[in-house]
Amino acid sequence: MTTFKDLIRRVKSEVREVSPDEAREMARQGAVIVDVREADEWVQGHIPGALFIPRGFLELRIEEKVPDRSQELVLQCAGGTRSALAAKALQELGYTRVSSMAGGFGKWKEAGLPIEVPRTLTPEQKSRYSRHLLVPEVGEAGQTKLLAAKVLLVGAGGLGCPAGLYLAAAGVGTLGVVDSDVVDLSNLQRQVLHTNASVGKPKTESAAATIRALNPDVRVVRHDLRLDASNVMDVIAPYDVILDGSDNFSTKYLVNDASVLSGKPSVYGSIFRFDGQASVFLPRQGPCYRCLFPEPTPAEMAPSCDEAGVLGVLPGIVGLVQATETIKLLLGRGQLLVGRLLTYDALTMRFQEYRVRRDPRCAVCGDEPTIRQVADLAWSCHFEPRQPAPA
Amino acid sequence: MAVKVQIPAPLRSLTGGQSEVEVDASDVSGLIDRLDSRHRGLKERLCDADGNLRSYVRIFVNDEDVRFLKEKATPLKTGDTVAIVPAIAGGRG
Repeated sequence: MTTFKDLIRRVKSEVREVSPDEAREMARQGAVIVDVREADEWVQGHIPGALFIPRGFLELRIEEKVPDRSQELVLQCAGGTRSALAAKALQELGYTRVSSMAGGFGKWKEAGLPIEVPRTLTPEQKSRYSRHLLVPEVGEAGQTKLLAAKVLLVGAGGLGCPAGLYLAAAGVGTLGVVDSDVVDLSNLQRQVLHTNASVGKPKTESAAATIRALNPDVRVVRHDLRLDASNVMDVIAPYDVILDGSDNFSTKYLVNDASVLSGKPSVYGSIFRFDGQASVFLPRQGPCYRCLFPEPTPAEMAPSCDEAGVLGVLPGIVGLVQATETIKLLLGRGQLLVGRLLTYDALTMRFQEYRVRRDPRCAVCGDEPTIRQVADLAWSCHFEPRQPAPA
Repeated sequence: MAVKVQIPAPLRSLTGGQSEVEVDASDVSGLIDRLDSRHRGLKERLCDADGNLRSYVRIFVNDEDVRFLKEKATPLKTGDTVAIVPAIAGGRG
């Protein structure tokens, strides 16, 4: 009769065993480490980059994950026994370069090699984000990324409110909100983070309260200030992505230049009456706002800001396009609006797309940039007609 | 050469509210002149005093920015779509 000891002795004589150090070197050279432990062991810590397939599912899933039978594989478990059995099973499936890591994850940790402890979702989070978890492009790994992400909303107005509301609902873990205004009754037609009760209160306070009420997972950082050249680099520093929901050219150019100079992605949106624009500016990978519009529309050519007006739902559409792009950017999924300007005309209900190229003459991201630090742009809505020059 | 021109909201006061107009022109320069003769003031919004395209208004021919084609000399043919896309920056607050 064959005992378990006999079996394991025989298996170990038939599979190649490697030490944790050797496994690490093999992984560096392209080997895939396959962790065959159970989920409850995996979540307490694992080898960074390892492929997780519990022993019970190994034969079922390996062909899908590693179709190439000649791929170098290092099987790993907690102590080196399950991985030896797993290695034997893979050899029988026709994998030719299979080894088992002796001593398993225990030995790996003892050797002081790097480990990764994944953040896991609480039962409440699993329920809250269940519709995300069901989407393969998000899943638990994606949701964990969102929870760890930091997004700065520039402006808690028409664009920032809908974007902030949905980013908060989606579980983006940290939302910075920059705004120096207080809520006005005329904002409520479109700025959906604010309510009747918040009229007269700072927009950041009102936004923070609404977001907290919606999703306690989200930490809101209030920046009760107007962005300018003196503070913009410090304000954006902790964030992964900037969502530009500003309503004026001074801030748009400031945010763009700060994005390029810091290398942080900026998700752009603009609105006017029934028209909207959106794009994603990824520094060094695509064009920036100045590549598209080297200079702002001068005040005398811009429609008077007081007359401008906007259909209330329009910033909802554009702000949610920005939120969508932000989430895709954080997840690393899909095709972003990089090098593409999306325009939306609510009156004709038409979305159009235009190609935006990186301009080698761009003042901030071109081949010979003239803008090397942020500066304030003297653009004001309050345009005074030029006085005729004295004779 | 009949081409369609899409007029953005900030310029529709000059086209009597029309969001799309059709113009006969063989290049972008001719198109701007044609537009201006029908809708006085449009040229000034698109070109500076020297006739150069303004840096805060983009003109796209079939989705491509004319700056990366032949600027105002970009040829047009029947069926082309020209879009005027200005820099916009919301209303206040």
